[in-house]
Formats: sequence, C-alpha cells, structure tokens
Amino acid sequence: MNETAMQAFWFFGIFISLLFIIGVYCILATFNLLRALIGVEVLIKGATLLIILAGYLTGNTALAQAFVITLIVIEVVVMVVAGGVILWVFRHNGAIDARKLTDLKG
Amino acid sequence: MMIDLILLICLVLAAFWAVVAARMLKAVVGLALTSVIVSILMFRMNSPLAAVFELSVCAGLIPVIFITTISFTKRLSWEAYLERKKEIFSRFWYLPVILVITVVLLSRYKIAADFILPQAPAVTDVRHVLWNLRQSDLFGQIIILLIGAFGVVTLFKVKQPKDKPK
Repeated sequence: MNETAMQAFWFFGIFISLLFIIGVYCILATFNLLRALIGVEVLIKGATLLIILAGYLTGNTALAQAFVITLIVIEVVVMVVAGGVILWVFRHNGAIDARKLTDLKG
Repeated sequence: MMIDLILLICLVLAAFWAVVAARMLKAVVGLALTSVIVSILMFRMNSPLAAVFELSVCAGLIPVIFITTISFTKRLSWEAYLERKKEIFSRFWYLPVILVITVVLLSRYKIAADFILPQAPAVTDVRHVLWNLRQSDLFGQIIILLIGAFGVVTLFKVKQPKDKPK
C-alpha cells in the first residue's frame, strides 16, 4: 500500500478500533442478554467496515463485497437464533438477566 | 476527507448510544443508525452492493427482529427504569474514558484528517466473484438460511397448553 492508503487505513482504523472496544466492553459489562447481543452487533459492524476498507484500499472491492454479503447473511441468522434463545430464556425465567440463569441442568 | 471524519464520529456516537441507552427500543434505534452510517461509508468506498445489503438487512430486518423480541418481554416499570439507568451509569462510565485513552494512544501516529482517499482501480464484477469463485460459500449460506428459518419456527413458537378444554 502507498503512503496515502496507509494514512487512510490508520484514520479509519482508529474509529474501527473504537467500535471494537465499545462492542467488547458492552459484552463484558452487561448482564442483560439483549444488550450483549447489541454489543455483538457493534463488533460485527466494526468487522464489516474493516473488510470493506481493506477491499477498497487494495482494489479488491468485489471480493470484499462478497465477503460482507456472506457476513451479513450469517449475522442475520445469528441474531434471529439468539433472539429466539433470549425469548426462550425469558419465558422460562421471567427475565433476560444472565445472573438469573442459575437453574441450568448439567 | 472531512465528510468521512464526520460520518465516523457519528458512527462511534451512535454505537455508544446503542450500548448505553436505558430503554432497549432506543438502543435498537441507535443500532439501526449505526448500520445506516456504515452503509453510507460503504457507498463512499465503492461497494454499493454490500451497502444496499447492509441498509436493507442490518438497518431494516435486524431492528425488526430485536423489536419483536423486545415486544415479547415485559415492559419496565418507572422505578425499574430508574434503577437500570443507575446501573448502566455505574457500569459504563469507564467506557468513554477507555475510548478517549485509545484515541490519544492511536493518534500518536502521524495521521492527517484532510487526506484524499486513493482512487480504487476499476471495480470488477461482484456477481462474477459471488457466482464463479465462491459457489461453496453460497451453498453454505443457503444451509445457514435454512437453519435460521428452522430456528425461527422452533424458538419463536408459542407453546399450546396440552389439555384443551372440550
């Protein structure tokens, strides 16, 4: 990569790393399962932006877009299944608090 | 470029709002806003197909999934809302501090905000990449979509009582 591309990478990289920090902190700090899912979503946003940025700076936008489309499809399925699991937890425990998940078998 | 800087700052603010909002519906709105800004950045980086996907799916479908899940849970009382606000403040006040420290540490590299993004080479056809180079991925995606559909049917199903009154 040339000098300008490196500069652009670092410039976007700062904000992408902030997104990663927000997502990881949210997952670590909260006991609310839905909020943790939002943290995962923010992490995925950072990853998406990083893939697109890498594709743009290296000239492989088509490949980056193909990767991102795959990522988005998997992201939706993860969110749907996780949303269903959270709903199931709510029906069984009356709350979506991870601290109340104390009666798991096994 | 300046507009990129503004968009990136808005992106981080929207993501921050999404994780600290006390009401979950507001958090979901923050998440949708994050997706919209990411898709604008994608458009600016010559990736229109991924941007349209991001806009329609991540800013459209995923908030609907979240809102559906939230609508099945119970509403917070005012006291519980105030309690949650306090809890979020006590847990998340470190986050802005960490973000500022990160920016300060990473800004030690010589980064100019007024650069011009390099022009990418001519865009190759994304359809060619998807259909000709990544068929096995598409097969995997179809299986994952079927898993998602199965998950929706299984997990969102409302249990019927076994003994129905006759």
